[in-house]
Amino acid sequence: MASPWSLSSALKGMFARPTIDDTTWDDLEDALISADFGPDITESVVDELRASVAKFRTTDPADLKRMLRETLEERLAKLDPTLHLSNRPAVVLVVGVNGVGKTTTIGKFAKFLTNYGRTVVVGAADTFRAAAVEQLATWAERGGAEIVRPQQQGQDPASVAFQTVERAQREGIEIVLIDTAGRLQTKSGLMDELGKIRRVVEKQTEIAEVLLVLDATTGQNGLSQAQAFIEHAGVTGLVLTKLDGSAKGGFVLAVQEKTGIPIKLVGQGEGIGDLTGFTPHVFVQGLVG
Amino acid sequence: MALFGNLTDRLADTFKNLRGKGKLSPADIDGTVREIRRALLDADVALEVVKEFTGRVRDRALGDEVSKSLNPAQQVVQIVNDELVTILGGETRRIQFAKSGPTVIMLAGLQGAGKTTLAGKLAKWLKSEGHTPMLVAADLQRPNAVTQLQVVGEQAGVAVYAPEPGNGKGDPVRVAKDALKEANRKQYDVVIVDTAGRLGVDAELMKQAANIRKAVDPDEVLFVIDAMIGQDAVTTARAFQDGVDFTGVVLSKLDGDARGGAALSVASVTGRPILFASTGESLDDFEPFHPDRMASRILDLGDILTLIEQAQKNFDEEESRKVAEKFATDTFTLEDFLAQMQQLKNMGSIKSMLGMLPGAKGMRDQLENFDESEITRTEAIIQSMTLQERRVPKLLNGSRRVRIARGSGTTVTEVNALVNRFEQAAKMMKTVARGGTPQIPGMGPIPGQKFGGAKQQQKKKGSKSGNPAKRAAENAALAAPKPAAAAGSGFGLGSTPGGPSEEELASLQKFLGR
Repeated sequence: MASPWSLSSALKGMFARPTIDDTTWDDLEDALISADFGPDITESVVDELRASVAKFRTTDPADLKRMLRETLEERLAKLDPTLHLSNRPAVVLVVGVNGVGKTTTIGKFAKFLTNYGRTVVVGAADTFRAAAVEQLATWAERGGAEIVRPQQQGQDPASVAFQTVERAQREGIEIVLIDTAGRLQTKSGLMDELGKIRRVVEKQTEIAEVLLVLDATTGQNGLSQAQAFIEHAGVTGLVLTKLDGSAKGGFVLAVQEKTGIPIKLVGQGEGIGDLTGFTPHVFVQGLVG
Repeated sequence: MALFGNLTDRLADTFKNLRGKGKLSPADIDGTVREIRRALLDADVALEVVKEFTGRVRDRALGDEVSKSLNPAQQVVQIVNDELVTILGGETRRIQFAKSGPTVIMLAGLQGAGKTTLAGKLAKWLKSEGHTPMLVAADLQRPNAVTQLQVVGEQAGVAVYAPEPGNGKGDPVRVAKDALKEANRKQYDVVIVDTAGRLGVDAELMKQAANIRKAVDPDEVLFVIDAMIGQDAVTTARAFQDGVDFTGVVLSKLDGDARGGAALSVASVTGRPILFASTGESLDDFEPFHPDRMASRILDLGDILTLIEQAQKNFDEEESRKVAEKFATDTFTLEDFLAQMQQLKNMGSIKSMLGMLPGAKGMRDQLENFDESEITRTEAIIQSMTLQERRVPKLLNGSRRVRIARGSGTTVTEVNALVNRFEQAAKMMKTVARGGTPQIPGMGPIPGQKFGGAKQQQKKKGSKSGNPAKRAAENAALAAPKPAAAAGSGFGLGSTPGGPSEEELASLQKFLGR
């Protein structure tokens, strides 16, 4: 099997050279683009680093590496990645395009929360995809959460969401996670449906968080996804999944910078414990090495 | 991406300051190539592919064909387009069926690429082609993937072989093997094996996929890849090629607004053809892959070919010629207008048609606001008129208009507006039919025209006003130029606004005629 590409290995050769020269910059640019940072961010990061290198008059690639790490970390740490779940019940809406891992994320998130002694109920508002409810039920069981299912096939997702919140209020369950059907950001009808779910839930209680799940393998389209979901669903945080693969998800930096929405959680595996809070330091460490 | 406009726009900008220069210098070409590189990176084409690609384009652009061309921007786009099509595989390849016994098709790909849904689509498509497919649930990993396949199979109306409940239990290799026996016994001629999604770096699952492959010896191994994937496409494709060695690629989720650079990366790196594209959530949203159209998409040039194809399928040429004549002789009536509109409606959603126009990405918002029900209302108004009234709109006095408004459930204002717009439109069409250049914006296809301006105009003109009649006029504008020029080029796409110059038309012709 081909050894997986990684930014750190791509950078290794570059940092091993004795001085910083033109090839260094080209290599750096290539490496950042290959990590899906996108041409815009790459250019601005490289420019910033060129400026710092000129300012500190260094020629040592080790310095450059440190600066790269600092720059990325600083850029990523600009926003506050804390989840706000202090309402009772705290309602979390999970949205995203098809196949990014929304249901899996909910399962892991439920586990994450029950580990801290919180009671959780999940609402299966993905009434569209075949067997999505069953998939969620399996995850809910693994995560130790209650589940509210639709009463019939193809029920309005907003009504499932409503019933889930209602149940949480009735039974005093602390956290509500609502799974929604995957939808491409170009389908306006489906995007409006999200707005409806939001409005319906807001009549009962405030929505604590709307999490947009993004797949780390996504390229520059991630930005367009984020913009559409922010507009229709009022996203408050990003979840980056599938970081255990070879993709590094550099596009999230562009998303975070262009939309001002922070990354809050990262998923990196198929196990139920593989979901953690987002720490810029760890993320950059994994990226740059 | 809407933010960046299309490549033609950008190249036109790059060339703006070259106007007046006799030929392009290597430095000019370098600037252009950088612009292309950026466009491709924005479209998520993998870096190594971009490098190789831009190198080739540079060589060709430095050659004679560009410097002698009257419109270098256009010529460069043409070269890029050609090169893209070459990499993407030139011709559409079909599935290769086994000579004897059941044909085995195995699906592999990353998690969430859309394999299970695709299995259903493929099965349904095969069934419509006269085959008897059977789906095999060999994804025993993801919770309830088996159930999902069963539901999908039921929707597609095909058999599903699912002896194991899944959710981590059972041996997929055995399931696949048994499935073959089952297919032989029950005389299914195609077996589609849905496997678990796996990451390229997961050696164990990759080995499992390889084992399934060994066990069933498939005629086709299709690698399903998400059109939205970024730079990782290359790594993933290589890992799968080494792991299971696929024979073809299927591009999924093409209905989003991803430019789909992954297609290019995968085709270029692995040399495997792309067989199908999957474009929606319904099981019918599945079509053989067209390299040339994908090329246009990557460059954001719009999918003109599909548009033309749809138009040709639904437009009655005879009818069109008649209408064109009517325009010319000033005998175009509301009745014809209605017929035109109904024809237009046959072509499918106006929204999706507009979306295929080049540069349309930038008008996405406007497209979203386009309300198709207005066409129905306009139709209702015309249908509430007597035949006499439709032929001689001058007859429409106040009381007739009140009656029509009541009959169609609209207001007199709306009726008035419709009549006004109709008259304007008819006048405009007459000009077109007689070979003049009317003020119809927006229909300008590829020729190096600035799309920015056209977009603006289209916004004003186009169908966003709350006024149904105005909207109807827009539709007339859309429908009319086509029949008007039916006798001439392709489908009237030549008869475009702002008077495209001759060489632009020629290059368009070249582009379309390939």
